[in-house]
Amino acid sequence: MFGARGTVSTPRAAVLANRATRLGAANGMALWLMGCGVLTLLLTACSLVIGTSSIETSWHWLWMPDEQSAVVLWQIRLPRTLGAWCVGALLGLCGATAQGLFRNPLAEPYLLGTASGAALGVAISLIAVDSTIGELAWAGRLGLTGAACIGAIGATFLTIALSRGVLQTTRLLLAGIVVASVLAAATSLILLTKPDIFRAMQTFLLGSTAFLGWPSVALLGSVLGICLVPGLLWSRGLDALTLGEDTARSLGLSLPILRLALLGMISLGTAATVGEVGVVMFVGLMAPHVVRETLSVNHRQLLIAAPVCGGALLQAADLLCRWIIRPAELPVGAVTACVGGAYLVWLLWRRNRDA
Amino acid sequence: MKGTRLATVLLLVLAVAVAASAAHAEAFVLRDDAARQVSFTRDPQRIITMLPSLTETVCALDACDRLVATDRYSNYPAQAEALPKAGGLDDVILELIVSLRPDLVLLSRSQRITERLADLGIQSFVLNSESYADIARSIQIIGRILGASARADTLKRHIAATVEDIGARALAQRQGLKPSVYFEVDRAPYAAGPASFIGELLTRLGTRNIVTADLGPFPKLNPEYVVRHPPDVIFVAASDAEQLAERPGWGQLRAVKERRFCSFTSRVTDTIVRPGPRVAEGMQALAGCLARVAP
Repeated sequence: MFGARGTVSTPRAAVLANRATRLGAANGMALWLMGCGVLTLLLTACSLVIGTSSIETSWHWLWMPDEQSAVVLWQIRLPRTLGAWCVGALLGLCGATAQGLFRNPLAEPYLLGTASGAALGVAISLIAVDSTIGELAWAGRLGLTGAACIGAIGATFLTIALSRGVLQTTRLLLAGIVVASVLAAATSLILLTKPDIFRAMQTFLLGSTAFLGWPSVALLGSVLGICLVPGLLWSRGLDALTLGEDTARSLGLSLPILRLALLGMISLGTAATVGEVGVVMFVGLMAPHVVRETLSVNHRQLLIAAPVCGGALLQAADLLCRWIIRPAELPVGAVTACVGGAYLVWLLWRRNRDA
Repeated sequence: MKGTRLATVLLLVLAVAVAASAAHAEAFVLRDDAARQVSFTRDPQRIITMLPSLTETVCALDACDRLVATDRYSNYPAQAEALPKAGGLDDVILELIVSLRPDLVLLSRSQRITERLADLGIQSFVLNSESYADIARSIQIIGRILGASARADTLKRHIAATVEDIGARALAQRQGLKPSVYFEVDRAPYAAGPASFIGELLTRLGTRNIVTADLGPFPKLNPEYVVRHPPDVIFVAASDAEQLAERPGWGQLRAVKERRFCSFTSRVTDTIVRPGPRVAEGMQALAGCLARVAP
């Protein structure tokens, strides 16, 4: 139902179709990327003038900056919106990769249990800060970001171990679900015994871009760069995989290596995002669908377009959550869940009607 | 001649020493509850507090006019309630804080904010107020920071004396009887154990908490626990008091049958649950209700 457009039944037909549409697709892609780029620039500009102060004040600041407005504009608003872009881009990239890798249009970046693992890490870190137990002191020193990253990566390892390697995608998916539920249960247990960390946990689970500074942007940007490399290297492999595992193997593709590399990338990318902003739902699921709805793409193009789209999506969500109840703000994860959920329902409804 | 020169030199040395020691007395370093060494070169004049008990402490030390913003839960005294609200500890509005140019942000432990404030070049000081002992400690430290140590000493002594007095009168009134109490924080039910701040106040009033200390400060109880350890008095939110009898088995509790409940308005509850300078008021409210309803 959500399958990639342009997927044709035989390899020969696929090659022919690809050749026939390449020229038009390349032009469309360029236009599309330019459009997204302009949108991103616009959103970045908007985010500079939207905050707790009025828009007029912010305009004034832009032209006549003083010491304090410089801090607000360049140390708070700009890193925040760029950080949000990076997070959205990483989620879009990981989501597109996961959908290609699992050949499942409902796959998303958190399906390996990373979100639950990160949440458990944060819960342990939060109680460790207050705890006098020697063994837990290291977790307190790690900080929330470090704990979330370790939790996310640990959950991925656990998933891969439980599915006994990466030979079967179904087994991986099921193991991911099991790991996610068990780790979520462990987090609930901690929350029950330590209710005082409830609010801090909730903020984390709903996602918040409020604390992104330049160091976070640097980290997220470099992780995005690192994750793009295996994605683009193996994009041909993902194309082959759309034709089925047997065909991919017959084309000389080593599936275990492809899976390990891409799972590692998904794990690293989501770990970085949950560490910095918490759990942001639906962006990773939605961005690849938006791209496929508007463009006919192969995986190389998708893995470039989905991050660009995801980045713009999260930037827009971040703007919305700052705007709606100014000067307070909504958790960004709640905004993306509402918008993303509505979009998917609309997509479903439209496809059903067309069918 | 020689004598006068020597005297002049000695005087000069003395003057320099005095000046140096005065300058030294100006700047000081305090260790906060996040284990950071924070140095103060002058009394902060633009302060933001991110916890109601800290707001109340600053105001109790006559420095309310130095506050420029508080967190959204700070609603006392009236002067602080009218100030801009910089969100809560978990969703702080950084822009507002920066735009108010504070020279000190007082907050309780929240790693993300302290790190981000340090990035932005804003000085913050972490103070955890959780127990009864923390009240006096916070007052003393904030007094030192504000340059109001003498006022802090007076306030501390006044609070300690009032608390002692309320406790002693409650004990005398009850003539050795020790009513058992159950303080419900939340209908989950979470209870306030003896290790919590509320529990400490109740113990000082000569009551016996049905929750034991080993269960922790705010344990989530099995409702059966309350039936097995029947309290003489139940502290419960007014909205939940009517439904207590409907909880399985609770209808048989003597405290429920005889309606030995203590419920408080939110303004009074604030004084009971916040480890701040109004602790004596909160304790007085607890004592007053106990005197009315305890068997």
